[in-house]
Amino acid sequence: MKIHKYDTVIVGAGGAGMRAAIESTKRSRTAVLTKLYPTRSHTGAAQGGMAAALANVEEDNWEWHTFDTVKGGDYLVDQDAAEILAKEAIDAVLDLEKMGLPFNRTPNGTIDQRRFGGHSRNHGEAPVRRSCYAADRTGHMILQTLYQNCVKEGVEFFNEFYVLDQLITEVDGVSKSSGVVAYELATGEIHIFQAKAVIYASGGTGKFFKVTSNAHTLTGDGQAAVYRRGLPLEDMEFFQFHPTGIWRMGILLTEGARGEGGILRNKDGERFMEKYAPVMKDLASRDVVSRSIYTEIREGRGCGPEGDHVYLDLTHLPPEQLDAKLPDITEFARTYLGIEPYTDPIPIQPTAHYAMGGIPTNVEGEVLSDNTTVVPGLYAAGEVACVSVHGANRLGTNSLLDINVFGRRAGIAAAEYAHTVDYVELPENPAEFVVSQIEQLRTSTGNERVATLRKELQETMDANVMVFRTEQTIKTAVEKIAELRERYKNVSIQDKGRRFNTDLLEAIELGNLLDLAEVMAVSALARKESRGGHYREDYPNRDDVNFMRHTMAYREVGDDGTESIRLDYKPVVQTRYQPMERKY
Amino acid sequence: MATPVLDKVEAEAAASDHLITVTFRIRRFNPEVSADAVWEDFQLEIDPKERVLDGLHKIKWDIDGTLTFRRSCAHGICGSDAMRINGKNRLACKTLIKDINPAKPITVEPIKGLTVLKDLVVDMDPFFQAYRDVMPFLITKDTNEPTRERLQSAEDRERFDDTTKCILCAACTSSCPVFWNDGQYFGPAAIVNAHRFIFDSRDEAGEQRLEILNDRDGVWRCRTTFNCTDACPRGIEVTKAIQEVKRALITRRF
Repeated sequence: MKIHKYDTVIVGAGGAGMRAAIESTKRSRTAVLTKLYPTRSHTGAAQGGMAAALANVEEDNWEWHTFDTVKGGDYLVDQDAAEILAKEAIDAVLDLEKMGLPFNRTPNGTIDQRRFGGHSRNHGEAPVRRSCYAADRTGHMILQTLYQNCVKEGVEFFNEFYVLDQLITEVDGVSKSSGVVAYELATGEIHIFQAKAVIYASGGTGKFFKVTSNAHTLTGDGQAAVYRRGLPLEDMEFFQFHPTGIWRMGILLTEGARGEGGILRNKDGERFMEKYAPVMKDLASRDVVSRSIYTEIREGRGCGPEGDHVYLDLTHLPPEQLDAKLPDITEFARTYLGIEPYTDPIPIQPTAHYAMGGIPTNVEGEVLSDNTTVVPGLYAAGEVACVSVHGANRLGTNSLLDINVFGRRAGIAAAEYAHTVDYVELPENPAEFVVSQIEQLRTSTGNERVATLRKELQETMDANVMVFRTEQTIKTAVEKIAELRERYKNVSIQDKGRRFNTDLLEAIELGNLLDLAEVMAVSALARKESRGGHYREDYPNRDDVNFMRHTMAYREVGDDGTESIRLDYKPVVQTRYQPMERKY
Repeated sequence: MATPVLDKVEAEAAASDHLITVTFRIRRFNPEVSADAVWEDFQLEIDPKERVLDGLHKIKWDIDGTLTFRRSCAHGICGSDAMRINGKNRLACKTLIKDINPAKPITVEPIKGLTVLKDLVVDMDPFFQAYRDVMPFLITKDTNEPTRERLQSAEDRERFDDTTKCILCAACTSSCPVFWNDGQYFGPAAIVNAHRFIFDSRDEAGEQRLEILNDRDGVWRCRTTFNCTDACPRGIEVTKAIQEVKRALITRRF
């Protein structure tokens, strides 16, 4: 076992982690621990753009962007945080340009902008061009640019180090972060990182669904690590289903395709979004479009022999426009479906895409241990966190924005905090939990297989807690997850070695997914209303009287060792916008 | 909207949930077990429209959990799963079974020229070191940063578009015979990333980068075999980019 000491430790090297690292490395001795090489992160899969009211191509301002974000989140957004997001968006984009990001340009050389779902002029009048983009690989360009600047700043990376535990030490009755425990994939060695400040930027948890745009590696490791230590998770019932995933595969096809003029059609060729969202049509918010697609499918207007998908039609757009603005997604259609998007529409279905919920933080990225108390030394940013700027449904292009605005904030806040404090003593035997977890899995002779349990989990999540939910379906999921958690105790792995043991890694990841799936389902069961990405057929309306509040889920362990989830609630911060009926 | 063609595609898709039997012939190496690498065959049932990566997952998940490879996004964006498939460098997640003659055994090996650590996993550190050596970040000499964005014409932006697509998967570098024979050569990926900045109108360190690539391990080692261009899963014209850098070194115009 090795022990390292750093002022600031960042967990994860996607957009949020690297944006934080650029700031914290300038200010403090920083280590970035990442289970993948930095440029492998799923930020690189983001396509359409990053929202900012630059007003380069038409009138726009940050207040309209704030409103759209609040409305898009079905009023569950903390409005103070949304205002920061929209205001700081402008500098966040300009900072990236100065770091070298090759945005697409307007004829006069400024950053070009395009339309995106839910972003509107003057509080919903019409779509507005707010998304700053680099073809349909904006996330790739952000990830590359941030990595390039990490190289420039000399950021210290520990590649293929998998953080398995958060260390918390009680000092004078206050629980403080004292570091993390990591597993080095290449050698199987355990490392303790003692740190004055820890920032989680480890991304989402979409892999508990089967049809998902998420990478295999998005298994909620950060959320699970802090949750196991008794810290809450906020709004986990809110998960975004992106309308346009490749049929059956879930690979993302950007909303920018509709921003460029693409149209959704049912089997009759009808542009069905006109019925559901007369003003914004195909560019209504993602939750609305995903529900509309499934409504079409359920009412028998889906396409194909099984009627289980609809079409994304780009055939009316000039091939030059597709080549210039949407080269990657058109290539995906050719590679994976054998379809030529110039002439044929693309079969799509909603795909599990983004966790609105996560580790609760304030606007400085400080992690909360209840509705108001900060955990000294602990920070989170990006998809792993819940600020909450996305509320019940995130707008497209607001996540690339979120990682830059709140990654930067967390990086600065953590490094500055590290300057004001001494190291917190590590708990006694800090690696105890990780050592026993690994040894248990490595020596288990149980007869359950990781792949089998994961498949069953993904199938129950797709069937029961996806776009449409009811008390009955959620209960089915809760029971199934409980069964899988029980069976997980008998999981064994075939690779008993220490070197690059990805068999072991997948077993640990499955444990994280099971913990988080349970939190999601239990939180969803208790929210007896429909709001944003959480749609209850048995409670189809939003209920502001009883549910205009954030869910806070805590893990509790009884004296006899039994685990349970305790739900509490946190008020929503409302400043200028009163909840209204949401129409697009 | 042209639906007839599509109906055909979908009908085929629905009907062809038919599986075929394929053999994966995989180069295995685990120094914890043996100092020697060996070939191992796995037979599996697979839909020919699935990816080679899906096949590797089936083996790992259902047959042999010790099979080790890197992967993440599974759709050609993250660059984790470059490997030699039937003797050519490809991404396992971008190669469909039906496109590589499933009638014969599909050979899968680690990419060449980098030390194999276990099965299909190689040591990527030398690759990333070469990348870092070309100063892959925008360098400007502005004393006053502009308050807004720097202006760049659409034409100037287009000039280096091709080389911005690089995902650092190492398929090009590890397909290069010069790199195989001499690990000191920067390799195509590093040159591609230097090109991305040399030809960016906003950058002011082109001369410095050219001097780095003028080194005896730099661009002049390239023998224009075009392996790199063939290997690139992003369709970057790698050899052309290297030639443009060579030309810039001669003319000092870029």
